[in-house]
Amino acid sequence: MSSSSPDPTASDAPEAADAPLSQDAAQELEGIDEDTVVETLEVEPTHEIHHATGLATGPGAPGVAKVDPILVADHITRSFGGNKAVDVDHLEIPRNAITALIGPNGAGKTTLFNLLSGFDKPDTGEWSFNGRSLAGIPAFKSARLGQVRTFQLTKVLARLTVLESMKLGANGQRGESIWQAVVPPLWKSQEREIEERALGLLQKFKLFEKKDDYSASLSGGQRKLLEMARALMTQPEFVLLDEPMAGVNPALVQSLLDHVLDLKAEGMTVLFVEHDMHMVRHIADWVVVMAEGRIVAEGPPGEVMKDPAVIDAYLGSHLDEDIGVITGRYDEEGNRLP
Amino acid sequence: MNWGSILDNTLSFMLSPETIGFMLAALGLAVHFGYAGLLNFGMAGFMAIGAYGYAISILSFGFPWWAAMLVSIVGAVIFAILLGIPTLKLRGDYLAIVTIAAAEIVRLLFQSRVFDEWTNSADGLGGYHDSFRSANPIPEGTFGIGPWEFTSDQWWSRLFGLFLVALGLLLVWLLMRSPWGRVLKGIREDEDAVRSLGKNVYLYKMQALIIGGVLGALGGVVIALPSAVIPQYYLPSLTFFVWTALLLGGAATLFGPILGAVLYWGVMAFLAGLLPAMANEGWLPMSSTAAGNFRFVLVGLALMLLVAFRPQGLLGNKKEMTFVK
Amino acid sequence: MTTIGSLRRRRSAPRASGASTPAPGPQHTSPWRGLWLIVVTFFVVILQAAAPATAQGDGSQVNVEEHDQNIVANVRYNNEPVAEVRVVVSGGGYEAEAVTNERGQVRIGVPTTDPYEVLLDEETLPEGVTVEGENPITVAFGSQFFAPANFFLGEDVRETASFMSQFIERFFNGINFGLMLALASIGLSLIFGTTGLTNFAHAEMVTFGAIIALWMWNLGLPILLAIVVAVIASGLFGWSFDAALWRPLRRRGIGLVQMMILTIGASLAGRYIFLIFIGGGTSQLPGTGGVRHQIFGPVKLSTVDMVSMGLSLLVLLAVSYWLLRTRIGKATRAVADNRQLASASGIDVESVTRIVWVIGGALAGLSGVLWAYFRPGIKWDMGVQILLLIFAAVVLGGLGTAFGALIGSLVIGILVEVSTLWIPSDIKYVGALGVLVIVLLFRPQGLLGRRERVG
Ligand SMILES: Nc1ncnc2c1ncn2[C@@H]1O[C@H](COP(=O)(O)OP(=O)(O)OP(=O)(O)O)[C@@H](O)[C@H]1O
Ligand SMILES: [Mg+2]
Repeated sequence: MSSSSPDPTASDAPEAADAPLSQDAAQELEGIDEDTVVETLEVEPTHEIHHATGLATGPGAPGVAKVDPILVADHITRSFGGNKAVDVDHLEIPRNAITALIGPNGAGKTTLFNLLSGFDKPDTGEWSFNGRSLAGIPAFKSARLGQVRTFQLTKVLARLTVLESMKLGANGQRGESIWQAVVPPLWKSQEREIEERALGLLQKFKLFEKKDDYSASLSGGQRKLLEMARALMTQPEFVLLDEPMAGVNPALVQSLLDHVLDLKAEGMTVLFVEHDMHMVRHIADWVVVMAEGRIVAEGPPGEVMKDPAVIDAYLGSHLDEDIGVITGRYDEEGNRLP
Repeated sequence: MNWGSILDNTLSFMLSPETIGFMLAALGLAVHFGYAGLLNFGMAGFMAIGAYGYAISILSFGFPWWAAMLVSIVGAVIFAILLGIPTLKLRGDYLAIVTIAAAEIVRLLFQSRVFDEWTNSADGLGGYHDSFRSANPIPEGTFGIGPWEFTSDQWWSRLFGLFLVALGLLLVWLLMRSPWGRVLKGIREDEDAVRSLGKNVYLYKMQALIIGGVLGALGGVVIALPSAVIPQYYLPSLTFFVWTALLLGGAATLFGPILGAVLYWGVMAFLAGLLPAMANEGWLPMSSTAAGNFRFVLVGLALMLLVAFRPQGLLGNKKEMTFVK
Repeated sequence: MTTIGSLRRRRSAPRASGASTPAPGPQHTSPWRGLWLIVVTFFVVILQAAAPATAQGDGSQVNVEEHDQNIVANVRYNNEPVAEVRVVVSGGGYEAEAVTNERGQVRIGVPTTDPYEVLLDEETLPEGVTVEGENPITVAFGSQFFAPANFFLGEDVRETASFMSQFIERFFNGINFGLMLALASIGLSLIFGTTGLTNFAHAEMVTFGAIIALWMWNLGLPILLAIVVAVIASGLFGWSFDAALWRPLRRRGIGLVQMMILTIGASLAGRYIFLIFIGGGTSQLPGTGGVRHQIFGPVKLSTVDMVSMGLSLLVLLAVSYWLLRTRIGKATRAVADNRQLASASGIDVESVTRIVWVIGGALAGLSGVLWAYFRPGIKWDMGVQILLLIFAAVVLGGLGTAFGALIGSLVIGILVEVSTLWIPSDIKYVGALGVLVIVLLFRPQGLLGRRERVG
């Protein structure tokens, strides 16, 4: 059952490659590192560069094949009435990388999340996780296989305490079987281990002091943190985060970003939705852009944000500035504005 | 007005099989609603299945009383599964309506002349007591003090009922402090969140429906033990009365259903004595029958006041309010 | 305790002679086979009224002692009495049955002087014989305490034709019933749509209309005027129900589940208030159970039936017009669709809600009056008797969609009536409720409803 729990040391990606990347990101957050930005601005997209990311097998284009995809989706469509909310021809998510899913409001990002995680059923389509088809698999099973998600509108378990919600997340609990539940000795020792792990995560997510409070009493940002920590209790291999930073106090954003980067360091794969291009630019290894249900662009962050199709999707065709301008922090040269 | 006898009746009724049966049914409802958040309004159906399963097994098939009770339990499990398959995926309000409908289907079938051979249709069943009474370990005679003076047979059904209540309490206590109970409470709060964590929400809800349903069926058996089984008893209003008892005590508490059942029947018995007596004295502008029915108006009002002003019940924690959505 | 304990024995004695034990006479089938004359049954009222209950416990005399009024049914074929035939009397919530004795007769006591339906169970007739005349027969008491019902038997030759005609007749009955349900369910659905409230007390709004009509008529108003007053009063009742209870609770922001349980409390309280006021009996509105005219083919409708159907259709058309064409109607649909969005786009949601309560109340009141004619009779719990059917109709159509409720009502009404061709009438509601469960199995959002979004 816990086949999904990845062992960081046995992960495919060399650890050496991870560490600098996270450092870069941290630096970029401070707005120091201009090299990478300039680089993506000046160099025309070539095969070598794509290979340099080590993720894709070809140039960044919608549906490009990945070297080692964790998730492969084909022909996924979902309509609501006449409105085609999702229409994805082919999509691969690279393993052990942070992929950002961006796109204007109503682009179909959340709907795609719902479909991939089994919370909604597509009209057509096939997708597989680790080579295993997930089409038609109920949500809880795909979560058990190691693919967990969080929700755009946080779903806290209001009348459970923070610690209880965390412990609920752990998978493979013996005491969750009704027959064993009535015999506490069967599950007490496991319960202690789970509690230890939960407390460790709470410490990391700065929620330790809140552990005995009802989840309902948490602030919006704390809820985002709790939801992420709770998802991590399942020891997933692939996490789908729907706007994990939305509405979060800037002071908390920093620590959330660190957590996301840590996940990769621990060998997990992350797919996250985010509207703030600045953040996407700094933590994503790969960016997928959706508009009106379709994937309109794919590629490494710096490059994608220059893609006319992306600028189109966000701003309309007459503007050709770098997409980073949206956040108001960069000029077209990629320099941070005062 | 004879205050002594009214008080006597009240106290006596607080230890009646009906009260004890309500304890079990309310405990079952606590598992459904208080812990799992299932808006089951079909408890009367489970109680009917328990009572009829017991009576029919004895009368038509000559089962001993304990085997008849097993039949009731199996009947409740089957009904829970049949009810759960179409309903557990439904939204709360749909679930409420469909569970009432299912309980009504059960009652109409028991009441129908189609199965008259076994159910005796609208007139119901009686005369199945011998087997249970023959197992009575209490010596002949009348025991007890004051209002609680009962014959050996009366004690036997009461004590047996209380024994089932104790078993039920132990089971619910054990379950709700286990990880299983934690998942259930999580489902009550937000089932999508629990689903996203890899729990088979449907299975847990089904298990909860079964456990609560079996408790309800046993409640039905306990109520029927010393009396009769009559289809008109299992109207949807029976479910509402159990709900009132549950919400009175506190839905998400262990002892709430027990306290709620005792208080509910205490007040009902008290009013059943008081109101007609007041009407007879001319203090109420209605006949004594109408005055007797007036207590159901009060039940309705009590249910409303409870839900509006003290949804957590008497034993519940204000922070742990019963209603979230 | 002992009295109840002996219930089964007391009850099963008369029963046994009818169902399981072989009857003394062998006239079960053979003497009747091959006879061809259409036979008239008759009765000798004086004789029977005077005759002492000779055969107590033989199953032909039921509840005769308990009630003052008796219905006497005679079953004869070729001028000979037919024994061992089951006859069921029902009406006003009361139901009893008996099995004819050697004189082809049953006598069943009934609690009130209201009209009752007397049904002959054709399954129990000798082979090859069927009822030629009306079955069931509606009997009314005059000034006497007994009422006759005579069954005409004949040879069973027109089985297929009679099935078709029965089907058509019940189909029409079903439409009548469905239209009446639609009045109540559209109101329920609109209230749900605009406020999210699952209103169990809608049943009491139905009963309220019927009771006011009865009261007005008792005060001397002509019945049509009484009905108009009842509908207006029901509308006012709906308004004040909202103003006194639901609006303040909405303001307090009470959750929808809590509100639903509140409506259950209100329903209980209201029902028992009615019981205190009008007692446990059944009362009739004037014109109930009138003569049924042949309309076309096998369709027979009484004047009341026709007026009821016409009125329902008219009102439903008016409501549809209101919803589709008028500004307030469109606003209502907008609010039912999405309360927040409607509010944000400048619709006065509270006043729409008020109007919906008034209209829902008035429609429920009218359906109560029609239900009183259809049942027939006014009783304190008449509303809850159809509450689940109303819910079934609303859920079938998808909670909150007015036209879904209309379609659902017709489906339920027709289903309930037509299904009695195959299933015993005392479980005819089971079919409708079963359909409700099955539809939700495949379409958890109802037939026309929309799915909610996750995440
Ligand atoms: N259950 C639903 N019923 C009807 N329409 C829906 C439903 N869910 C999504 N949609 C529609 O599908 C489209 C895509 O919605 P989705 O939530 O996936 O957008 P999104 O990309 O997540 O947007 P945002 O960035 O604002 O979160 C929208 O037009 C939305 O209105
Ligand atoms: Mg979204």
